Parts: sequence; C-alpha cells; structure tokens
Amino acid sequence: MDGWAIETSGLTKSFVGFVAVNNVNLRVRKGSIFALIGPNGAGKTTVFNLLTKFLPPTSGRIMINGQDVSALKPHAIARLGVSRSFQISSVFPQLTVHENVRVALQRKNRDDFNFWQTDRCLSVLDERVEELLAAVGLGDYARHQASDLPYGRKRALEIATTLALDPSILLLDEPMAGLGSEDIKGVSALIRSVAQGRTVVMVEHNLRVVAELCDWVAVLQRGQLLTEGSYADVSANPAVIEAYMGNSHA
Amino acid sequence: MAMAPLETKIAAANGSVRQRQLIIILLVAVALSAAPFLIYPMFLINVLCFALFACAFNLVMGYSGLLSFGHAAFFGSAAYISGYCAKTMGLPAELAILVATSCSVVLGLIFGWVAIRKQGIYFGMITLAMAQVVYFIAVQAPFTGGEDGLQGVPRKALVSAMAPMSDRQSYFFVLAFFLIGFCIIYRIVHSPFGHILRSIKENETRAASLGYDVDRIKLIAFTLSATLSGMAGAVKAIGFQLATLTDVEFFMSGEVVLMVLVGGLATMTGPVLGAAIIIAMQYYLSEFGIWVKALHGMIFIVCVMAFRRGIVGEIGAYLSRRRGASD
Ligand SMILES: Nc1ncnc2c1ncn2[C@@H]1O[C@H](COP(=O)(O)OP(=O)(O)OP(=O)(O)O)[C@@H](O)[C@H]1O
Ligand SMILES: [Mg+2]
Repeated sequence: MDGWAIETSGLTKSFVGFVAVNNVNLRVRKGSIFALIGPNGAGKTTVFNLLTKFLPPTSGRIMINGQDVSALKPHAIARLGVSRSFQISSVFPQLTVHENVRVALQRKNRDDFNFWQTDRCLSVLDERVEELLAAVGLGDYARHQASDLPYGRKRALEIATTLALDPSILLLDEPMAGLGSEDIKGVSALIRSVAQGRTVVMVEHNLRVVAELCDWVAVLQRGQLLTEGSYADVSANPAVIEAYMGNSHA
Repeated sequence: MAMAPLETKIAAANGSVRQRQLIIILLVAVALSAAPFLIYPMFLINVLCFALFACAFNLVMGYSGLLSFGHAAFFGSAAYISGYCAKTMGLPAELAILVATSCSVVLGLIFGWVAIRKQGIYFGMITLAMAQVVYFIAVQAPFTGGEDGLQGVPRKALVSAMAPMSDRQSYFFVLAFFLIGFCIIYRIVHSPFGHILRSIKENETRAASLGYDVDRIKLIAFTLSATLSGMAGAVKAIGFQLATLTDVEFFMSGEVVLMVLVGGLATMTGPVLGAAIIIAMQYYLSEFGIWVKALHGMIFIVCVMAFRRGIVGEIGAYLSRRRGASD
C-alpha cells in the first residue's frame, strides 16, 4: 500500500465566465483518509466530478493508482475501483432498498447484458445485500421503497450501495450532511471500519468529524488549493480561519 | 416454533398463487383458441400485430425511459421487406419474417448508435428525423409500390406446406409470433439486464457511477425493441397481406405511443390492452373517418392529465393500495 491513489496535476475546470477549479495539484496517499474541505462554492464537488469524469477537465491530468485516466468515461472510472456517493443523496427511488444495493452487486456479477436468464438467479446476491444493509443499520427496511425513506436513511442506503462495489478508493461527498448526531457517530464508525485497506476521500463540513477521522486535510478556496497538512496544522493556519470566517460573514 | 404457522401460511399462499396463475394461463389459452371462431379473424390479426408492436415499444418507452418518435421506421420497413420477400421472391412466410426481423436489428443499431447519446426530447427528435428518412426511402424506392404499397402478399408458410392460409389459420400463425415476441419481452424485462435497465431509467448518473456503461445498455435495449417492432411489422405484412406507407409514416409512431399510454406504461399487459382499444376504435368507428383521430387526441389528453399510469397501471396501483390497506 505505497504510493498515491490519486494524483492530479494542474487540474482546472472553467465554466462560462469563471474558474471553478483552478490549477489544483492533489496527492492522496494510498490507504489514507483524506479530507477535502473549504467554504461553500469552493469547488469541492466539482473536483469529485472531475475525478470521476462526470465533468471533463478544461486542463490538467488525473492519475488513479498511477494510471492516466484522461480518456476514460465515468463507468470506466468506477470499474477501476473508484466508487462515489453524491452530495444530494442519489438512490434509485422506485426500487426497494434491497434492490438498490443489489443492482450495485449485479455489476460484479457481470449481468450487464444478461437479458436471457430469469431474475431468480439474483437471489445468490441476497445474503451479501443483507450484510451490507445491516452494516448501515437498514436491515429492517429492506422491503421499503427507497423514496419512502427519511433523508438520513437514504444517505445510509447510498453508502451501502457505494460499499457494495468493494471499491479501493471511496469518494464521499458530505456523508454527514443531514444526519442527526447519533447517525453521525454510526456513519463515522462505519467509515473508519471500511477504510481498512482502502483509500477514502471525503468532502465534509463537519470539522469535528474531519478532525477525528482524517489523516490529511486539503483546503480549497475559490477553486484553488489554499493549504494542506494534518488537521492540527491546517486548523491553526490563519489563512484557513480567514477563509471560513470570511465566508460565513458573506 | 412461533414461526411455523407463518411459514406454512406463506407456503400455502405461494401454492395458491401458483394455482391461480395456472388457472389464468388456462383461461387465456382457451380464450385465444376460441377467439377466431367468435370474432372476425382479420380484426384479431390486426390487434395481435399492434399489440406486439406496442409491447416492443414499451421496452424502450416504459422500461428504458427513452422517448422514441421513430418506431414506425422499424415496423414499416420490416413490413415492406417481409412483403417483398414473400411476394416477389416467393420465400415462405417464416423466412420472410426472419429476413425482415434481421434487417430491423441493423436498422435499430444504426438509429440507436446515432441517437442514444442524446437526452430526452433531443433523443426523440433524432429518432423522428431518421424515421422520416426511412419514410422518404419508402416513398421513393421502386420495390415498395409507392402509394399502392405491396398488395396481395401471399400467406404461404412452411407450416401450411406452402398452401395459402385461410384467415383463421393466419390468426394462429400470427398468434404464434405474438406469443414468441411477448415471452421474449417478458424475459428481458424480468432478467438481470431488465433490473439494470430499470435502475438506469430511475437514475442514470447513479447507474454510471456504479460502473454501468449506460449508453451501451440503452443501445442494447433500443435494438431489442427495434428488432421486435420489426418482427411485428413483418408478421403484419403476412397476416394482412399488405405493406403500405401507413405502416412507416409518422402517424404510426404516434399511434404506438398512444397505445402504450392508454394501456399502461411499463406494464406487461398494458400495451396489449391499449392496442386492442385503439384498433377497436378504428374498426367500429371507421364511419366517423377523421373524427376518430380527433378522439385519439382527446384520449391522449385525458391519459396524460387524468390517469397517467394507463388502464392496467391504474388497476395495479389500486390493487396494491388495497393490499397495503388490508395489511
Ligand atoms: N455544471 C456547472 N455549471 C456551471 N457552474 C457550476 C457547475 N457546477 C458547479 N458550478 C459552480 O462552481 C462553483 C463550485 O461548485 P461546487 O459545487 O464544486 O462547490 P462545493 O465546494 O462543492 O460547494 P458546497 O460546499 O456548497 O457543496 C460554484 O460556484 C458552482 O455554482
Ligand atoms: Mg459540494
């Protein structure tokens, strides 16, 4: 587990009229829990969208596990073992909770073009689905439709789906947003346990969570990397305090 | 121990469900066999062909969430090809249908290849434009018979030892193809692929982030739908002994949308019912001429505004609500 899980060089994304991500050089060490923080609109989600190729970079290069991924599409990034969650929880609303996780497992099952078998063959996945749901505390909700879940449980479902792929790199966009303090504890523990043997990059506004979980913190401001380091170093940096204070007064 | 009664209850429930399914299948089989002795066979042939077309279209519109305005291109071109093979080349009906259906695979791949990267209404517009090209070819090409179309297509099949089939025999011939097509669609919808297709329809971005090549999966679904739509058209040319510009024009693409919406989007039997209703209207209200089309328009508006799930969809929703309430 040496080397870099993710390396970007000169990563830039401009939308019409302004630059959302500006010449960002990030290096995420394999096996670490890495936090990307910064005020609202700093470009954190955009960085995730660039890393997963949901947005094409304007310029710059992205390496994942040492491989240049410039030519790849989002599904190919996922197949490299990069799995993400979305800031606004992203589930399959009309499917049941069980089916939501199962559809992720189906990808490993090489079901993409299997249109001649009956779906009864999917029952081999049930056990794993139940394990994953139990891990995020959704064991009792398996038969519910995903759209009926309260927000916090939708987030948990999204994490279970993300984990189903057994990714080597996890990108979590504000996993704690909208969760109550009890759920935050649960999800923190979950992230810590799944981080064993994986790389986790998380965008998170809850700095207590960041302090507790993350080995390394990078601060983004107006699209640029302001500073990075351990949480203690970063949080003591006057420029960081300024960035957060300035934003909260704006 | 407390679990035992519940388990036996579930087992008994499963058993009675199995039994009920068997009874329904038997009843349907009896009805389908008796139908041509009670109802005008040509009407039934018409219903079956459009029911298959609508089911195939539902695969795209209902189960993949792709809005195609060009499916008449598959239905109509396959009707011409099958008619041509049977009439001019003298091929047996089964072979003519096979050739025409194979051509639809290719046409479906071409349409899909061009259109699939576009979203929503743009996808619809591109399929429409391409279907207009096919229509133009049908108008211009020498072998389609222009305004007259291909008439008097022989109904000589291998199963009838190349003797012309009667209307009633043709009904059973068409029914066989309908059942094959329907079972294929049922299998696709209830396959592992079908589940992935549903997830893409629900949330395309999420499906891509799970590693699914969304464009390719949609292309496969579109091509399967085009193929089966082509089969419906090919069978229609034989059963009806006729392939004309009506089969390939824009109005046909609109009609199949209507059939699916009336019957119920993303239901198995909805398109069959929708096709039966629309065809019955054309038959029994034909003296009102152009007013039937106005009525179609009104039905369309009512469907979109009042009962979006269509007839079968609304019944299904009602039943599951009642089941939910009685639990
Ligand atoms: N597709 C887009 N087109 C145009 N502008 C965009 C697009 N996506 C994001 N932006 C803009 O880019 C900037 C950065 O957005 P981004 O969502 O990356 O911020 P963020 O750091 O994730 O903020 P938050 O903490 O609020 O989630 C914002 O000003 C946003 O409005
Ligand atoms: Mg964000």
